[in-house]
Amino acid sequence: MYSEKVMDHFNNPRNVGEIENPSGVGTVGNAKCGDIMRMYFDIDDNGIIQDVKFKTFGCGAAIATSSMATELVKGKTVNEALEVTNKAVMEALDGLPPVKVHCSLLAEEAIHAALWDYAQKNGITIEGLKEPVNDIEERLDEEE
Amino acid sequence: MSKLIYLDNAATTRVKEEVLTEILPYFSENYGNPSAIYSFAQEARKGVDQGRKRAADLIGAKPEEIFFTAGGSESDNWAIKSIAETHAGKGKHIITSAIEHHAVIHTCEYLEKQGYEVTYLGVDEDGKISLEELEKAIRDDTILISIMTANNEIGTIEPVAEIGRIAHEHKVLFHTDAVQAYGHIPINVDEMNIDLLSASGHKLGGPKGIGLLYIRKGVRIGSFIHGGAQERNRRAGTHNTAGIVGIGVAAKLAGENMEKIINKEQSLRDHLIERVLDEIPYSRLNGHRTDRLPGNASFCFRFVEGESLLILLDQQGICASSGSACTSGSLDPSHVLLAIGLPHEIAHGSVRLSLSEETTLEDIDFVVDNLKKIVERLRGMSPLYEDFVKNSR
Repeated sequence: MYSEKVMDHFNNPRNVGEIENPSGVGTVGNAKCGDIMRMYFDIDDNGIIQDVKFKTFGCGAAIATSSMATELVKGKTVNEALEVTNKAVMEALDGLPPVKVHCSLLAEEAIHAALWDYAQKNGITIEGLKEPVNDIEERLDEEE
Repeated sequence: MSKLIYLDNAATTRVKEEVLTEILPYFSENYGNPSAIYSFAQEARKGVDQGRKRAADLIGAKPEEIFFTAGGSESDNWAIKSIAETHAGKGKHIITSAIEHHAVIHTCEYLEKQGYEVTYLGVDEDGKISLEELEKAIRDDTILISIMTANNEIGTIEPVAEIGRIAHEHKVLFHTDAVQAYGHIPINVDEMNIDLLSASGHKLGGPKGIGLLYIRKGVRIGSFIHGGAQERNRRAGTHNTAGIVGIGVAAKLAGENMEKIINKEQSLRDHLIERVLDEIPYSRLNGHRTDRLPGNASFCFRFVEGESLLILLDQQGICASSGSACTSGSLDPSHVLLAIGLPHEIAHGSVRLSLSEETTLEDIDFVVDNLKKIVERLRGMSPLYEDFVKNSR
């Protein structure tokens, strides 16, 4: 049911772990629906994401999308990272089964949550970044 | 991957060699329609009759009380919908439990839309209904009590004989979904006061596509599948001869070997349960510790999610199942795990391992060894575990 790329990222997830004193950290999802993603960013003075780590509680797709999302934002600027959408994550994984699309939304949301935390800590505004919603279900409902 | 370790026997079983050998001639040699008059079809007729007798013997029923269907879901639908329809004159109230199979729950929900009232009895933390609550729920207009013999997810065996006694004291019909129990634990329809019982062939080494509904002699029930006069006018459709022969052989083997198989499966199951609870921290057994199906072990592992576990087990050649949302196609975990009071995040981390008589001690040890590693690995990337460790420092 999963593509080879999803299986690869599930079996060999990139960037699993934590960052001590991160520039930004964000946790999204809830245990009720079975997926929680946490992303840690280390961002340098030039606004470049030097390091990313993640931890995820969830299904195969949740772990694979988190892993792919960290790959896609690593080395990018904050503004570039903001452009990494759930569609980009899905495409990079050669697609997801329809019932798992919400996992990619969660990954996008996790990036935003970590960036939001970074912006808050540094008292800056990142153009186009909205306060992340913790509950991805609300967003799914809106889009349906 | 070297070896397949099949621990999903509650989902379906391998057709037994003896079953396969006996059913094969009914496809291309004795292919006659059992309802036909000519002598060529008589072998097929005999096969059906013998299958019916064997299927009946296993539960102490008379052959004429066995009606073959296409499977457990059809049997459940037939029993509940047709009893509801036939007895609507007496009342429109049905009692069932919150942990029934969807074939029962969704059928009851359908009837609710048709103007019936359904009481869904809750269960305790082991998954057992309360006999007191059952008795209190019975009303003058109650026409049917439908409680499963044993639960498919957590393996808990319900107090069927006591339920039957209460049902009969109150003159209410008693149906039990015995799909997981038929051929696995002793059942006697007379001693247990069972009026209707659903069973399925492929859960005990028979083929898929064959099931049965036991209907006690004298119980009024309408037809569900209308058409020809098969099954004494109660269930139309050309007999599934091979399927009927198959469920019959499987029932015969199950009856002959039940004690031996129960002892074997139970000791392996208990070894599995003890090792998992001893060696994997923050794990729990779902369902009753002793009143459970001999081959069922259901666990929850905190801080991890079931589907991830299943994929990693699969990579070691281990077939298991889970009540996690991700395996059900919805966002909610299993209604059974929620009904025994588990919070969502724990219910998401469930794994069911269901044994067969072919399971070996080596299989079980291999599974536990792998389960330990897999749970540890997934916890290593779980934010819930990270928080738990930090908070408990």
